[in-house]
Amino acid sequence: MAAKTPLYEAHVRAGAKMVDFAGWLMPVNYGSQIEEHLAVRQHVGMFDVSHMTIIDVYGPDAEVFLQRVVANNVGILVPNQALYGAVLNAHGGVLDDLIVYRTSTGYRCVVNASTREKMLDWFQDQAMPRLQIEHRDEAMIAVQGPEARVRFAELTGIAAVLDLKPFFAVHHDGWMIGRTGYTGEDGVEVMLPSDQAPGLWASLTDAGVAPAGLGARDTLRLEAGLNLYGQDMDETTSPLISNMGWTVAWAPEQRAFIGRQALEAQRDAVPEQLTGLILKDKGVLRHGQSVHTDQGPGMITSGSYAPSLGMSIGLARVPRGASADCMVDIRGQEKKGLLVRPPFVRHGRSRIADEALR
Amino acid sequence: MSDIPSDIKYASTHEWARLEEDGTVAVGISDHAQSALGDVVYVELPEIGVIVSAGEEAGVVESVKAASDIYAPIRGEVCAINETLEGAPETVNEDPYGDGWFFRVKPDDEADLDDLLDAEQYTQVCEDEEH
Repeated sequence: MAAKTPLYEAHVRAGAKMVDFAGWLMPVNYGSQIEEHLAVRQHVGMFDVSHMTIIDVYGPDAEVFLQRVVANNVGILVPNQALYGAVLNAHGGVLDDLIVYRTSTGYRCVVNASTREKMLDWFQDQAMPRLQIEHRDEAMIAVQGPEARVRFAELTGIAAVLDLKPFFAVHHDGWMIGRTGYTGEDGVEVMLPSDQAPGLWASLTDAGVAPAGLGARDTLRLEAGLNLYGQDMDETTSPLISNMGWTVAWAPEQRAFIGRQALEAQRDAVPEQLTGLILKDKGVLRHGQSVHTDQGPGMITSGSYAPSLGMSIGLARVPRGASADCMVDIRGQEKKGLLVRPPFVRHGRSRIADEALR
Repeated sequence: MSDIPSDIKYASTHEWARLEEDGTVAVGISDHAQSALGDVVYVELPEIGVIVSAGEEAGVVESVKAASDIYAPIRGEVCAINETLEGAPETVNEDPYGDGWFFRVKPDDEADLDDLLDAEQYTQVCEDEEH
């Protein structure tokens, strides 16, 4: 039996098509996924992301613990600041990606829904004597789009949101509001007690904020060049071949995060890269399609139609140094592709050079 | 509830078939199918002149979400394809029984249409899928 978020009833009332996603009944769309996608790119939209896993970590050993468990360096965070990073296994494979916020009492980690049990177990396995690990059962609503912060501030009266810097959070009456997201647009993610979520959702709806489903969330993150765990990277791939090298903090050298040794060994000879791919012929890229480059074979890890661009785009793992021109095998037909550096779209604008689209 | 007109025939794989005045059979996908697929972004159609058999793959419809095969509901020669779908695949969502048709076949035998489902039988197929 799939779990329901506190907003389940609201989704059903709004006519959402509900699907089982990682054991949660979630809205995939409320009608047209493309319209939901464009609403977020052009104005504002909102997502129920209550299925995500919130884990609070505090106590005197909290920082030492996260310095060991996360490949990025949480030591640089000031209170209310957040960073994106990877949790690695000893082989340097990605166990999960997460956002870590530094709070007044410790740290808050937001990990994926699909990895909840695994990550709670992993954290427990690495536990230290003076450390509390607490799974928080809260709701989470992402309000995203160029108008997101202004609309949210107007509606809630929380003016501090207007001054919030990217990857910073503000606390207000038991809510934690971070200027983060997964769309390539400006916006906030609000963590709040479950019983208050339907009220906020309803007032956002009344204010004209369009609900958007997991479908739009996927095409928005793909256009923004953001990875999806389990698809673009997993336990068998290192962050260095997953376009996540920038999230690995090598300095200070003595910081012995889990997976460091394995990554050090790969560092000078990274064989592959995760990059963007646009399809120049007609068709739609999908996960698992094979790519042929001048340096050898690769694979599409995420593919879909990009509503903001009107064409198909994907992420692909290909040999390092491959030339831009490549071919993709779609149902036995060779189609022309072009490797490009992600993101494809950011802040409402295409980042792909016009020449590339010709 | 989706729209299932009673004057046309259906395949259990969600294609519809309609006998036109010129004796050809128009083929498309049902309202139920377009709704389940979501926004259609690409349609791959058969070539004019090929012979398709009932139940044989005759094309692919891709929505933002996924790719699905289109099966020919009846045996015959493909005699026309809907070229509007190349530039405007969303027509499949907007008008699945009208402007969103996929292709037409010259049937080997019109009577083969009788092997397909009527609206009542197809409604049952859709309901069974939902439960």
